[in-house]
Amino acid sequence: MSSSSKNIIKIQSLNKVYGSDFEALKGVNLDIRRGEVLALLGPNGAGKTTLISAICGIVRPSSGVITVDGHDIQRNFRITRSLIGLVPQELTTDSFETVWNTVSFSRGLFGKEPCPDHIEAVLRSLSLWDKKDNMLRTLSGGMKRRVLIAKALSHEPRILFLDEPTAGVDVSLRKDMWKIVEDLKTQGVTIILTTHYIEEAEEIADRIGVINHGKLILIEEKNALMSKLGKKQLLLELTKPLDNIPSEFQNFDLVLSEDQHLLTYTFDSASESHDISEFLIKIQSHSIQYKDLRTKQSSLEEIFVTLVQEAEGDKEGVITAE
Amino acid sequence: MNIYGVIAIFNYEMARMKRTLIQSIVAPVVTTSLYFVVFGAAIGSRIQQVEGVSYGAFIVPGLVMLSLLTNSISNASFGIYFPKFSGTVYEMLSAPISAMEVVLGYVGAAATKSVILAMIILATAGVFIELEIRHPVLMLLFVFLTATSFSLFGFILGIWADNFEKLSVVPTLLITPLVFLGGSFYSTEMLPPIWQTIALMNPVLYLVSGLRWSFYEISEVNVLVSLSCIGVFTCLCLLVIAIIFRTGYRLRA
Repeated sequence: MSSSSKNIIKIQSLNKVYGSDFEALKGVNLDIRRGEVLALLGPNGAGKTTLISAICGIVRPSSGVITVDGHDIQRNFRITRSLIGLVPQELTTDSFETVWNTVSFSRGLFGKEPCPDHIEAVLRSLSLWDKKDNMLRTLSGGMKRRVLIAKALSHEPRILFLDEPTAGVDVSLRKDMWKIVEDLKTQGVTIILTTHYIEEAEEIADRIGVINHGKLILIEEKNALMSKLGKKQLLLELTKPLDNIPSEFQNFDLVLSEDQHLLTYTFDSASESHDISEFLIKIQSHSIQYKDLRTKQSSLEEIFVTLVQEAEGDKEGVITAE
Repeated sequence: MNIYGVIAIFNYEMARMKRTLIQSIVAPVVTTSLYFVVFGAAIGSRIQQVEGVSYGAFIVPGLVMLSLLTNSISNASFGIYFPKFSGTVYEMLSAPISAMEVVLGYVGAAATKSVILAMIILATAGVFIELEIRHPVLMLLFVFLTATSFSLFGFILGIWADNFEKLSVVPTLLITPLVFLGGSFYSTEMLPPIWQTIALMNPVLYLVSGLRWSFYEISEVNVLVSLSCIGVFTCLCLLVIAIIFRTGYRLRA
């Protein structure tokens, strides 16, 4: 029954209070689909890691229900945890152990019989095979990150949590990670990753969730969110102050600054109907002179602020495109 | 039962012993030899016999007990403290392994290491004196139970400790003095009456006494009382560990 259901993880009314008053998670409801890549975005301290930790059993929820593949994570912890692999945010490794031993240890810890062939395959897929006898303390940060992924994959999990897997790694390794995620997705592994990098979510995620102040304020298909993120602004610094915006520009989203020296055009770069050259030709035809122009894209932080403000006005607290 | 998980923890901990062979094996052998040179040869030559046993032989159970207690506590406390310190404990907390299986792995390894050490110390003692063990099975039972109960205690200590100082303070400032004052190197009959009464409040006295009885059939207290003490202490430790895992104390937020 459970293995055929559409959602592999169901979270209902999840709350986590640290100490007596710090609410790290506030009534989170979330369904994670089987085989999808879900990116959880949010600023530092938003509750991303707490949410992951609660699902994996590292943090005890204050209230709420979490099921994994139809099994309650507390009553059936052996089943649910054996399905999950976790790559933590911090580079936590046993410095004096070898790569081979630490990955083999993880497989055993998760209740799987020794399988050198599988460990070898995992190490080879992560370009760690030639480092298998190296002590972890001799590895670079990027290599340690790979070891953590290898440990998480050692017991053949069906769900993989990647908590900021590319934080502090170089561009090359980041792209390698994306490739690994793509390969795992092909094998049917459900992947949940947290990240600060919007381009990372754009590259590999099917859906995107945004968490802020312990609340899941948005869960959307990536493409729908991208169209929101695709909004850009063209700023024209005018040579002479403009009295008002000519009526011919009514189809354009234009704002004139109070000092009448800055004209801001907001547009959707992803829209097929959009044509910036048409706008610039029109500007020229109206003899509007400008001494400088630049474009600006809303930062992720700005988008978060907007989403938080939207969520505050929304009784359900969750914005969804579905 | 997650038997592979228990074996993984056990093997991982035993591997740490192999990596630190000098610290784990050679150092206790050297220390024991020094005890025999100082107490056995230098001081012992001035003490003919204690309760019918040569002084060198008399201190053997005390030395074994000193090693058992300090090593059991150190091995188990470090075993669980280090993953907490390095952050790798996340893996154990997210694994499909029960509290008792975790304890089996860590405490099993710590106790095994301590028992191996106790045997090495006995072998070292055999170089200096003629060893006599009248009840070898009982001796092994005492060694095994003491190693297990104090490894459980060390496990609790490792969870409680949030820095390295706390980790060393109990073995150094509590266990070692209790062993030295618990009749390891003397019979309490050598003490004035008032100190004999005070010595009976030292729990380690019951352990040393019981182990010594298994060697020479001489003891400060009845051997069954000694066995009962270890049993009660083991149950107390298990109870505390059960509470720790139930509440998540210093493990699970």
